[in-house]
Amino acid sequence: MHDFTYHAASSVADAAAKVAGGEDAVLMAGGMTLLPTLKQRLAQPSDVVDLSGVADLRGIRVEGGAVTVGAMTVHDAVANSPEVAAAIPALAALAGHIGDPQVRNRGTIGGSIANNDPAADYPAALVGLGATVCTDRREIAADEFFTGMFETALDEGEIVTSVRFPAPAAAAYMKFPNPASRYAIVGVFVARTTGGVRVAVTGAASCVYRESAMEAALEGGFSASALDGMTASADDLNEDIHASAEYRAHLVGVMARRAVAACG
Amino acid sequence: MPKDGIGASVKRKEDYRFITGQGAYTDDIDRPGQTHAVFVRSPHAHARIASVDTGAAAAMPGVVKILTGADYAADGLGGLPCGWQVTGKDGPMVEPAHPPLAVDRVRHVGDQLAVVIANSAAEARDAAEAVAVEYEPLAAAASIEAALSPGAPQVHDEAPGNLCYDWEIGDRADVDAAFAGAHHVTRIELVNNRLVPNAMEPRAAVAEYDRATREYTLYTTSQNPHVIRLLMGAFVLQLPEHRLRVVAPDVGGGFGSKIFHYAEEAILTWAAGKVARPIKWTAERAESFVTDAHGRDHVTVAELALDADGKFLGLKVDTRANMGAYLSTFAPCVPTYLYATLLAGQYTTPKIWCGVQAVFTHTVPVDAYRGAGRPEATFVVERIVETAAHEMGIDPAELRRRNFVPADAFPYQTPVALVYDSGDYEGTLAAALASADYDGFGARRAESEARGRLRGIGLSAYIEACGIAPSAVVGSLGARAGLYECGEVRVHPTGSVTFFTGTHSHGQGHETTFAQIIAERLGVDIDAVEVVHGDTAKIPFGMGTYGSRSLAVGGSALARALDKVETKAKRIAAHLMEASEADIEFADGQFTVAGTDRSVGFGDVALTAYVPHNYPIEELEPGLDETAYYDPANFTFPAGCHVCEVEVDPETGAVEIVNFAASDDFGNVINPMIVEGQVHGGIVQGVGQALLEGCVYDDEGQLATGSYMDYTMPRADDVPSFTVSTRTTPCPHNPLGVKGCGEAGAIAAPAAVMNAVHDALGSRGVSRIDMPATPARVWQALNA
Repeated sequence: MHDFTYHAASSVADAAAKVAGGEDAVLMAGGMTLLPTLKQRLAQPSDVVDLSGVADLRGIRVEGGAVTVGAMTVHDAVANSPEVAAAIPALAALAGHIGDPQVRNRGTIGGSIANNDPAADYPAALVGLGATVCTDRREIAADEFFTGMFETALDEGEIVTSVRFPAPAAAAYMKFPNPASRYAIVGVFVARTTGGVRVAVTGAASCVYRESAMEAALEGGFSASALDGMTASADDLNEDIHASAEYRAHLVGVMARRAVAACG
Repeated sequence: MPKDGIGASVKRKEDYRFITGQGAYTDDIDRPGQTHAVFVRSPHAHARIASVDTGAAAAMPGVVKILTGADYAADGLGGLPCGWQVTGKDGPMVEPAHPPLAVDRVRHVGDQLAVVIANSAAEARDAAEAVAVEYEPLAAAASIEAALSPGAPQVHDEAPGNLCYDWEIGDRADVDAAFAGAHHVTRIELVNNRLVPNAMEPRAAVAEYDRATREYTLYTTSQNPHVIRLLMGAFVLQLPEHRLRVVAPDVGGGFGSKIFHYAEEAILTWAAGKVARPIKWTAERAESFVTDAHGRDHVTVAELALDADGKFLGLKVDTRANMGAYLSTFAPCVPTYLYATLLAGQYTTPKIWCGVQAVFTHTVPVDAYRGAGRPEATFVVERIVETAAHEMGIDPAELRRRNFVPADAFPYQTPVALVYDSGDYEGTLAAALASADYDGFGARRAESEARGRLRGIGLSAYIEACGIAPSAVVGSLGARAGLYECGEVRVHPTGSVTFFTGTHSHGQGHETTFAQIIAERLGVDIDAVEVVHGDTAKIPFGMGTYGSRSLAVGGSALARALDKVETKAKRIAAHLMEASEADIEFADGQFTVAGTDRSVGFGDVALTAYVPHNYPIEELEPGLDETAYYDPANFTFPAGCHVCEVEVDPETGAVEIVNFAASDDFGNVINPMIVEGQVHGGIVQGVGQALLEGCVYDDEGQLATGSYMDYTMPRADDVPSFTVSTRTTPCPHNPLGVKGCGEAGAIAAPAAVMNAVHDALGSRGVSRIDMPATPARVWQALNA
């Protein structure tokens, strides 16, 4: 780890000021990606601004048919929240299968989505549920938030404060994990929402995306059989030592069908 | 029998310190004035070193010393030695120089060429990054196939075509003749996948030099400190044993990877003399991936000839084995004497030929890894037997029965050098099949099919040669060491006992198992026994722990030392009771004059030995401290049968192990709980090889699986609860009748799992799938 200056932020405004004041400052939420990166000397920030002391950023609120999760809420809290389990059980289940117990007790939703790892689980939930990302400056629809591999719509120094999930009529997430890392090789989040059926795919491509053909097929009849024979297009899908693009394309269909079936 | 004696599942004495965090591992050792080392390692698989400029690095804060390959060469010291010379068809193997710091060429990613010593590890790391190395990258040969292809980049100039040796066992013409009369020939090609050992504790070392005594001390993560002292002292640094102490304290897993003498040990010891301060080095996990000797990595074609009844007539095996970039300590013997000699398996195959080409590549050296040669042999034999059974329409269990070495045929001479000592292969097969409910498989398969799943069952009737080894035998085969073991039983004046063993425990539970043997023999409480290992200053000598040898060889040395203790104690007891030595009986800690009620306790005898007031001092020395060296008469031959049942999801390719049953013959068992734990761990490692672990180098020789993000270690949820049991045929040639259990699971399981996977996929026309059978591979095979 290279040297850096550590700052404990006391509030969102304080964090914003400290990030702005650093030459090459970074925000740290749970640190689940940042810390290993620093330990391997793959990053050399001048300043690390730690959000863990900002109490306002933690917590889960359910009101008006929506679940709002504070940016610094750890996965374990979402997984074990009775309110989340009642309102959006698929979200609790997804959070309960991120990483391992250590990660789930350190990693946060804000950190996960701001990092936007192409194989992370949360981006599928946000896009699948049509969530809204709230920042210290504005609100951003999930469909516009994830812009590319490790890229988001966040501006320089902009801080995620919470994520608001509208409760769907039904939803389910099916993940086929990478056997080594247990990140998603393919994860598909399917939801029936007031705005229609949404099918969000993570792990398969450089960034979470929606399978519009599957959404259209499910609009015509919400059953797993509506997706029979459907796969994703292998064009532009990820390919690595664990899975070919064709395999990922196939798994998108399998996971989507299983997710639809799990919606009941 | 005392309650904690032989056969009792005594909870492990050592676990209190491990569970409470009190274990003392090498990295826990801090010496006064200690410095820290970081090695400069090649990022290239193959490159010429044009220049090494340490100027800027040396000026950085905290830097104490930077030493390069040129510095080492200037001192005229030795290279890392190889402990086993294999002689091939064309003469002795090619044994290239292995400088502990590379001088002009690097030959694998991770090859070390300089060491930076600084006041802190962070300063050493900063400075190591500032060492300016100018590389001229060269083309690399990163696989067996690449290294053997015409015009391949050469790993060593002295090894043309990258061939280390071309070796064979058996008479090829004889075997060809057997094939000529065959009713059926089964042919398979297979890959035994390369594995990264991944001990939980990474390698580490602390070296120091005492200017007053001129003594060097090396603390190191080793399975065999005396071997390290011998190799490093005599061959590398030219230090005599009396001025070199090697300590292997608590070690967190080895699996073979900590047998070998590594460059870091020698460089730290050498450098400690130069800086006259202690130096510590601990590998980071990423460093372990590119410096710990890897395991397996064979490519094999095998053919089995059978008659119309399914009797095996002959076996031909042609194997290419990857040695990596340099010869690690025992690398050459693994794909030869620890592999080809096991190709008879449990069968009466009369004619066997095996040819092995050992190949240099631009990868990390490959050496022994849990099982070492025997898993590779078992995989060949059990895959081809199972395949032959399916091809001939004979039940795989029945085909095995028709070919087993019968229980009354021992000792049994195989056509590939070994003489099996004892066994009951039908017995372990029957027990494993019963545990696995083999007969009920058809119904379970139908039930799976109804759910859209493919179910398969696979057997692995394995054999291993353990208890390495009769020194004269291995010497004649090229071993440059004897492989006996040493034990010293020191009875203290108050009757407590310290046992010094030349074996080393790094997870095996020796502190408990050996203590049980002593408790049983001397009638003392197990808590009155301490087992000491891992320090050349304390232990008379030792060859260490590997090849499931600790109990069979080290335990035998203990038994012999206990015999000596008993003999001397009886003489003392006879004197105390004024009886004839021949009339003294010893049981449950009491010496009794036969046929009388006169007796004296073991503790009183011990005290008398050290307070010899009433003592036969003219005939007997005081003290009760006996040492024995035991050189085994033969290998031991643990064997058994493992049965695996899998369910495959054809939509995703995911394989789930739904049942795993094992019946093993380890000879007599000292601690059933520890044996069960060893079997469990071995099976999990075998499952890891079969389904999860695959070390992948890309064509440029970069390690594509260099972290746990890409290298899949088995986890608890990858395996079911195992059903394991033991059946005993005692080893007839060692005093405890024991055979060894440490490697069986890793040897047996890969074939059992892969036979089950092939059985599941066979109905879909899949005839070959290589390990690891990952979901992606299975899906690919199903959709090819």
